[in-house]
Amino acid sequence: MILWLLKRLLQAVLVMVAMSIIVFVGLNVIGNPVDILISPDADQAERLRVIAELGLDQPLVWQYVGFLKAALHGDLGNSYVFNQPALQVILQRMPATLELAVIAVGFAALVGLPLGLYAGLRSESWLAKFLMAGSILGFSLPTFWIGLMLIMVFAVQLGWLPSGGRGETASLFGLQWSFLTADGWRHLLLPALNLSLFKMALIMRLTRAGVREVLPQDYIRYARARGLTERRVISLHVLKNIMIPVVTVIGIEFGSVIAFSVVTETIFAWPGMGKLIIDSINVLDRPIIVAYLLLIVVVFVWINFAVDVVYTLLDPRVRLGEKGSAR
Amino acid sequence: MTQVPDQTPIPAAGPVGGATRGPWARVARDFARSPLAMTALVVLALVVLAAVFAPLLTPQNPYDLMQLDIMDGMLEPGSPSAAGGYTYLLGTDDQGRDLFSAILYGLRISLSVGVVAALVAALVGASLGLFAAYVGGRTETAIMRLVDLQLSFPSILVALMILAFLGKGVQNVVLALIIVEWASYARTARGTALVESRREYIQAADCLGVPMSRIIFRHLLPNCLPPLIVMATIQVARAISLEATLSFLGLGVPVTEPSLGLLISNGYQYLLSGQYWLSFYPGIALLVTIVAINLVGDQFRDVFNPKGRG
Repeated sequence: MILWLLKRLLQAVLVMVAMSIIVFVGLNVIGNPVDILISPDADQAERLRVIAELGLDQPLVWQYVGFLKAALHGDLGNSYVFNQPALQVILQRMPATLELAVIAVGFAALVGLPLGLYAGLRSESWLAKFLMAGSILGFSLPTFWIGLMLIMVFAVQLGWLPSGGRGETASLFGLQWSFLTADGWRHLLLPALNLSLFKMALIMRLTRAGVREVLPQDYIRYARARGLTERRVISLHVLKNIMIPVVTVIGIEFGSVIAFSVVTETIFAWPGMGKLIIDSINVLDRPIIVAYLLLIVVVFVWINFAVDVVYTLLDPRVRLGEKGSAR
Repeated sequence: MTQVPDQTPIPAAGPVGGATRGPWARVARDFARSPLAMTALVVLALVVLAAVFAPLLTPQNPYDLMQLDIMDGMLEPGSPSAAGGYTYLLGTDDQGRDLFSAILYGLRISLSVGVVAALVAALVGASLGLFAAYVGGRTETAIMRLVDLQLSFPSILVALMILAFLGKGVQNVVLALIIVEWASYARTARGTALVESRREYIQAADCLGVPMSRIIFRHLLPNCLPPLIVMATIQVARAISLEATLSFLGLGVPVTEPSLGLLISNGYQYLLSGQYWLSFYPGIALLVTIVAINLVGDQFRDVFNPKGRG
């Protein structure tokens, strides 16, 4: 187990190094680092001085080592727009994004699981068929357009919910959160729903497929033969067995929810990391872009790592050390 | 699966494009069995035709400023034009641009970006996948590790990363979409090739002393095609959707070549003041296109999958 963990850890670190090289090369080969790191207002003498100071006259490999060293110390340069350390600017916006992502995944699971369970148990009913057709639509509809339509219906025409912003926030652990206030919840509802629709459809289909796979198994028939109530059969035997893939997918999809929050945050003017990166790309605030990309890579690698570990712990059939454990 | 699917040995015998008889005629027949898929195919054909013949079908060229009448700005759907002559079926934007025309012209860009990106990605990805399966060893491991690495990140993030470095523009979007999509093709192509290369007809060809290149191109490739065709169909829809999303975020196509995503984005600022049509109708066009492609792709999957055949 320890050996497997170490091996998996090493892989995660390797991926992070590989991605940092890609970001670095992207910066240096495709873009001109001088333009990126020096403000466009600087004159020639200033440019040369900064080039020497930043070590841009050094070989690329040494530059990369310096870049990595600074990055490990959390020093990714100052944002041109905010005039603060880039990492700090991003971390300030992280709670907003995390809050949105967690609630969206929560929605997806709370709605997707029961609906999927129903569609699996009563797969011939018209409601189940309707749900499955709806889930195809959930896959096909582009997220950003659903977001606009949600605003159109609920904010503009019905006027029930606000169209953007975080609303009132309350402080917890020194950070600002929207989910602690009623006004914050009103602001959270639409973006979280928007972000969760795709995942809801996914969890629903997954649960349904799982139920249909588990139901004909011998142990379900045996449980029924023992005279257990239907409720107990479902909650104990069916649910337990379909939870492994569902939990894995929820874990993996959490990362993709954070990625797709870029879209939702832009539509609903949600002041999180996603909106920040789009704004930064549009005004070419390069330090923020680099810091965001590196940070998101780290987040992703750790999410994948955590999912792998949890998966292994949950499912005794996954044998450690074998080729399959690296998935 | 004990019985060999009847389609497998046939393509090796004759040219792939056999018109009336042969495997492709059967595919067409099986495809036509689903009314839903046929409807989707007809809708898709109409969408493509509308995009191709957009200049003939639209009352104005929406990007020729001479043809725009500022007096007709922000008209609701169904309003007549001030100068008379025609009706703005789907309304106009602030510059008096007919939305119906803009949607058809936008479809051209969305469709061509999606199709070109998906096809080039298919070519690159499938070649690399087949190559990996063929050479094996370290090269295979390296290619497939790269595929794994890329597929562990969501597509929008990869595209975002590429466009952050390259900047916007039609070529850059196409390039980003290709880089996003090649990995899934490579995985599918390699997987299929590994399965197919162990089949009897390949062994038979090998025993007959058929040259390697002929085995790969005339025997292996045609039999690896079905899953790749299914994938290519679905990936066109994904590419169109992703392009629309990127354009909506302001990272995709430039203002001079507005795709459906950019039209929706332009309409977004008027949404809050109640001018819904500027975002709504391009979105419907996008939705219809994507759903139609997905339904056609789903039917392809059923047709090509021997297990699903009734």
